[in-house]
Amino acid sequence: MTFLLTEDQEMLRDTAMAFARDELPVTHLRALRDSGANGKDPATRQKLAELGFFGVIVPEEPGGEHFGLVGLGQILEAQGRTLAATPLLQTALIGASAIQLGGTPAQQAEWLPKIAGGDVTFALALDESAHFNPLNVATEAERNGQGYTINGEKRYVPDGHHADMLIVVARTFGEAGDRHGLSLFLVPADAKGVSIQELKTADSHGAAHITFTDVMVGEGALIGAADEGADVLEPVLDRAAIGQAAEMLGSAQAAFDMTLEYLQSRKQFGQLIGSFQSLQHRAAKMFTELEMTRSCVAAALSAVDEGKTNVAELASLAKAKASELVHLVSNECVQMHGGIGMTDVADPGLYMKRARAQEAMYGSASWHRDRYAKLNGY
Amino acid sequence: MADTAVDELETFRAETRSWLEENCPPSMRTPMKDDEIVWGGKREKFKNPESKVWLERMAEKGWTAPQWPKKYGGGGLSPAEARVLQQEMSRIKARQPLFSFGLWMFGPALLEFGNEEQKMRFIPDIIHGRTRWCQGYSEPGAGSDLADLQTRCEDKGDHYLINGQKVWTSYADKADWIFCLVRTDTSVKHEGISFILFDMESPGVEARPILLISGESPFCETFFTDVKVPKDQLVGEVNGGWQIAKRLLQFERSSISAGGFGGTGGSGIMGPEDYAKQHIGTDSDGRLLDGDLRGRITDHKMYAKAFSLTVQRQAEQAKAGQAVSHTASILKYGAAKMNQDRHELLIEALGTEGLGWEGEGFDPTAKKVTRQWLRSKGNSIEGGTSEINLNVISKRVLGLKDHQ
Repeated sequence: MTFLLTEDQEMLRDTAMAFARDELPVTHLRALRDSGANGKDPATRQKLAELGFFGVIVPEEPGGEHFGLVGLGQILEAQGRTLAATPLLQTALIGASAIQLGGTPAQQAEWLPKIAGGDVTFALALDESAHFNPLNVATEAERNGQGYTINGEKRYVPDGHHADMLIVVARTFGEAGDRHGLSLFLVPADAKGVSIQELKTADSHGAAHITFTDVMVGEGALIGAADEGADVLEPVLDRAAIGQAAEMLGSAQAAFDMTLEYLQSRKQFGQLIGSFQSLQHRAAKMFTELEMTRSCVAAALSAVDEGKTNVAELASLAKAKASELVHLVSNECVQMHGGIGMTDVADPGLYMKRARAQEAMYGSASWHRDRYAKLNGY
Repeated sequence: MADTAVDELETFRAETRSWLEENCPPSMRTPMKDDEIVWGGKREKFKNPESKVWLERMAEKGWTAPQWPKKYGGGGLSPAEARVLQQEMSRIKARQPLFSFGLWMFGPALLEFGNEEQKMRFIPDIIHGRTRWCQGYSEPGAGSDLADLQTRCEDKGDHYLINGQKVWTSYADKADWIFCLVRTDTSVKHEGISFILFDMESPGVEARPILLISGESPFCETFFTDVKVPKDQLVGEVNGGWQIAKRLLQFERSSISAGGFGGTGGSGIMGPEDYAKQHIGTDSDGRLLDGDLRGRITDHKMYAKAFSLTVQRQAEQAKAGQAVSHTASILKYGAAKMNQDRHELLIEALGTEGLGWEGEGFDPTAKKVTRQWLRSKGNSIEGGTSEINLNVISKRVLGLKDHQ
């Protein structure tokens, strides 16, 4: 495991940071919100494609040089800093990983170049209740003559309101809660029987409830083995949790920097409020948590690239720590800004709203604590 | 890394491995026992005779201080070689041959601030464990506000004369020499402090052990009455001691956070989850029956893991020459929290089993936990309180200002 970036990864990080700062500042999210775009941003998608960000974990040729999840993590961290709504987590990470881990050679040849080129976007349609619980899938995929017929309902699908393709987790055997019997299907978002209810969400990124009514897909839509979809889904979700944690690290860092700047400029009682020890100690504790979370995220990203066996444990560590961190820092950001932190014109509220969405995705802190304990045998 | 460098390192590894195989006595490859830790110095008894052999052999190679310069008896190893040595020692579970404030704190500071004569005089004895050092920092009136120290050091022409009192002097009753902060100018605060060394057998030195809540006495009150000190034993400039004192505190905080607190190994103490499983039990899925305790244990374990990853990350960054400023304070703060949380959870998981003090009826390991739990309360006080460490982080790392 290494915590240091290669020179190439370092350059990628610099590019991503500059891009987020210059092209996707928080004002960009505000503009998208105020225009009613609800996270839909074709112009940004185009720019991300030109930068090659969609193909960061996709080798140009088999075995070719690539930046790895460590590289993609730098980009996600950069976009987390400015709360940018981009399709990268769903497409460049989840979509690409699902195809890489579960796709046949033919599926890989078809989809990976399109993903890398930014020609197609994905969304993972998994959750069916208000809480992450990946085995709790009741959506059915029933075998028919030529393929499968899918019926069911997915809730709060990130990017579900603008993705081209959906990766649908459905049950081909057993009952909700069973690990065996899950299967993954690629379903075009505009397929007959797919009904998308766009959601206006607090974080202004948007999402969708999606209903599948007698949606017919062919055999070729299946990713991985039928009934054994969990074998693909679980490592994909670990990577998603790690990628989400990288994004959260960026958001927490930005909210912390903003808070620190305020502490160093706002005066009360004739003093900078940052000179008050009660605030200094809270800032110092946040900084300690920030540094420790940074180590967890870096370790988890690098463990995936190195094919380590403890990816699940590190994914839970990174996601739980990042969730606690972004929760703490976003709350303190509002509190330390005082009244201005309660106003819409200031940014702290945006960080807090986005934080709660980030915390809920791919397992909350308590979900990951529970899994961490199980993995450690208690 | 160039191939030749890799080859050289692998050669070094092979040589080190075979040397350790040949020279590390069998009992030195077993977990450390508390009463077999070697602190060195004139009064060292070497309860296990093999620990003496082991120390002598390691010191001869300079490997008790692997990265210190050869000219003073150190190992002269590069950071990469020192890591290999560490790895090869862990491979055979070799014990640390020497525990020493000289190695961890005083030596690094002396190498940086001492003159050539002082280094030649004191460093080899540290490496060989011949001199045991103690630290004369805190005073009854100068704890967190260390620079308020009042122990007087007067220039008497051909010697210095020292009068005053130190407190929390670790193992002063067992040490041979002391490195000590003294006041050489009463008209200023930080700029009136000097860093001086003297023999604990000098007339006028008295060390009295302090009984702690844990029932142990690792610290002393130390009194100095007209103690005469030769002038060549002052390190650095007169009134220039504060810089040395601060640097030494960084070494102290790093050694605390790198080694953890009380982490001498081989204590036989299990994790809180193990005791909880034993004394509380699990459900059919293997989950601890006390869900609330389970969550708090996990919080702690995650914190501990994040902490150790941070230590690794900072070591890698330092090795690569990247700036790692003031991380010692962050790690010291984290290490104290981690160790205290761990012991609170251990005591909680043990239930009444964790309340034994002495005698029969309690598991000996559990009684050790009880003592360590009490001892751990000092972790957020010694070497700079947690509050002082938070001050250091907020002021020096985050750049927050003092009141105007």
